[in-house]
Formats: sequence, C-alpha cells, structure tokens
Amino acid sequence: MRIIHSDTIEDAVYRLAREACLNLIPSCKAALVRAEREEENESAKFALSAVLKNAETAAAEQMAICQDTGYAVVLAEIGQQVQIQGKLLCEAVDAGVRRAYRDFCFRKSICDPITRVNTADNTPAALHTEIVAGDKIALTFLPKGFGSENMSRIYMLTPAKGTEGIIQAIVETVRLAGSKPCPPVYVGVGIGGTFDGCALLAKKALTREVGSRNPRKDVAEIEERALKEINELGIGAQGFGGKTTAIGVSCELAPTHIAGLPVAVNIQCHCVRCTKTVL
Amino acid sequence: MKKITLPLTQEEIRSLHAGEGVLLSGAILTGRDCAHKRITEFLDRGEALPFTLAGATIYYAGPCPAPEGKACGSCGPTTSARMDAFTPRLLSLGLKGMIGKGERSPKVCEAIEKYGAVYFAAIGGAGALYGNAVKKSELVAFPDLLSEAVYRFTVEDFPCVVAIDGKGGNIYKR
Repeated sequence: MRIIHSDTIEDAVYRLAREACLNLIPSCKAALVRAEREEENESAKFALSAVLKNAETAAAEQMAICQDTGYAVVLAEIGQQVQIQGKLLCEAVDAGVRRAYRDFCFRKSICDPITRVNTADNTPAALHTEIVAGDKIALTFLPKGFGSENMSRIYMLTPAKGTEGIIQAIVETVRLAGSKPCPPVYVGVGIGGTFDGCALLAKKALTREVGSRNPRKDVAEIEERALKEINELGIGAQGFGGKTTAIGVSCELAPTHIAGLPVAVNIQCHCVRCTKTVL
Repeated sequence: MKKITLPLTQEEIRSLHAGEGVLLSGAILTGRDCAHKRITEFLDRGEALPFTLAGATIYYAGPCPAPEGKACGSCGPTTSARMDAFTPRLLSLGLKGMIGKGERSPKVCEAIEKYGAVYFAAIGGAGALYGNAVKKSELVAFPDLLSEAVYRFTVEDFPCVVAIDGKGGNIYKR
C-alpha cells in the first residue's frame, strides 16, 4: 500500500491546469504549422497564422491561449495499491482547479444548467476515475471548450452499419458543426461500449497526441479514412474554406452489445490543450 | 488590411465586402448568451437599457479576468449562432456591427441585409491576441453575470474578416 496525500493531488492539478491553459500541445502546434504552410485559401491562411501567433503570445505573456479555459476535465487512473489520505479525491481536484483558475486569470465558465448562475470558481471539475493496477496515480487535465463540445454527437448505430456507418457518423458530425467549433478540429471518437461509456471513450481519444494512430490496424484505417473525407468537406480554418478542416481523428474502442454499435464523436477545437502527470 | 474607426457609418458598412480583412479601432460592447437574454427581458418589459444599441458594435465574447498590467485577459470570440435567436430584434433597434465566430442563421443574414448592418468574424482561439488589442475595459451592465457581463472595450487594430456584408456576400457560403 502506498499513501498519497490529497495535497499532492491538489498541487498536481493546479500545475496541470496552468500548463494546459497556457500552451498548445506540441503535436497540435506541429499540425497547425503544417496546415498553415500548405493552405492556399487566403482567409484560412490568415486565420491559421493568427492562431499560431496567438500561441506564441500566450506562452510568452502567460495569458490563457483561449478565453474559454473550459470545463476542467480530469481523468484519474488510480492504482489499486494507493491509499489517498486527507481530503476526498474530488475535493482535492476541485481545490487545485479553484486555485489555478483564480491565480492565473482563467475564465470561470461553470454554471447551473437551469438558473445559469455561475459557480464563480470553475468547479466542479468533471472527474473520471478508473481503478488500475499498481501504486501510482496518473492524472490527465483537459480544459474542454464548449464551442466545440456543443457540436459533439452520439449515434446508436445498428451493427449492420459497420465500418462505413462509423465513418459516415464521424464525417456527418464535422459537416453539421461547420464553422461553429473553431475548425480545424481534432475529432475524438468512441466506438462501442454503452451509451455513457462510448462518450467517455470519445473524450479519452482527445487526450491522445494529434496524428497518433490506434494500434489496431482496422481502427487506424477508420481514423485515416475519416480524416481524409473530413478534409474534403472544404470547411477549412474558421469555416473560411480551404484544405484543413480537421488536424486529426482519434478513435478509441470498447466491446459492445450484440445489438448495438454506439459511436460518439467529441469535437475539440484547434486549441488542443492537455497535460499529464504521474504521481 | 482596411482600418476602420468605430462607430460604423452607413457609408463604411456599404463599402465592406465579405472576405476582406479589417482592423477595427474604437468602442465595442461585449455580450454573449446571458446578456442577450437579459437585454431581451429589458426590451420585453419596455425598460431602457443601461447602454445604447443604436449604432453600436457588439462582440460575442466573455473575457478572462485581466492580469496585472493589462486592460483585459484573453478574449477571443464565441460561437455567434447561439445569439441568432436574439439578433434580428437587436438589429431592428439599430445595432450595426457584430463580431463573433462562425456562420449565422438565414434569418440573421436577412436582417443584416434589411437593416444595413455587418457581421465580422474574429479568429476563434486567438484569445491572447484579442485580449492585447483591448486597451481599456469598463463594466457597463449586469455585473452578476461575471465574464458574461456587458463591457465597453476600447480596441485598437482588432483584426477581423468581413463575414456577412449585408449585400449578399457571405464567407461561409461555399
């Protein structure tokens, strides 16, 4: 049994939130640099170069890269040999979020869904826990903007729809989102599982490096084919047209029921922010 | 890029074409989801708004708090389509400019044409650049809405693309 104090978790979340909101992940930046270089549409090229300049400014001046510093999504993989002492895990995570969003001038974007009254400290975080083997805690922080979250969809396909149906669902989601989610987008896809589990898989897919491929060959092919079809839509950066509508498609899989084929498509804007640590 | 000083004149609006880059300077009001709902409630009750819509340019944005030494924190545009339900009414009251990101509904496009207004696209996700273009920020109304309150920004060389020009030009129509 290894003891980890809740203060350690709180401090880790604080650092992860700060780093995430100030920086693009390198694989996202590399994809945007490539997109800008290859773009021929003048307005789209202007948008991409502004986004890259923005990333430099944000890092240099320690300003949030996007004002939508997001719903604080925290994925915690907790080793079964770990005992957490101190506060409850969710309290420690929220405390880290609260301090970071206050100290670094990040926007507080969480509110009651009916009254719309803001909680004023960006809590609660969306905390997903998983018990895994070992004596460590792996934390992932994903500040999720909602312009793109709003454009996400879930499809409960029939098994007969198969691979073609999956690709159609992914491409349709991006087509219907159009210019709204800040394209070029990063597309996280969950395939299989249950209604709820499928959506979480899609979110987890967004924590992968942009441009990475699923180790399963048939799944990697879905990623590649979907990306190609999306980039033929012509939506382009900011919806101004052009070559790059998405910078990546990542699919994650889980076994599903014999009667179903859930496909969840979680849209992420071009501002891919995600930090990880292991305690 | 064409430099424009706000408030917009009718002549200037007529001279703009979808796809053209502009740098805006002058006063803009911020307003997003909750502020639009609040404005509509004021109008429904027949009460005067705490700011003037006639001739104004509204920026669909909710800024990050200002760090020390800056007028404003990170502040890029939010998705304009969520304001579509409110927009034709505001245009009928003299709103002339809108800044946001993404396409608008057919009803908004018609109203832009009818009332001689213009819709600018700012670059979504360029929050730090836009925050730095804000030289002064004053809270104008609805402080309880926090980042969704209405602020009056004084901006300098605020980069946008003319997205819907009121003459049928629409950058999102492919």
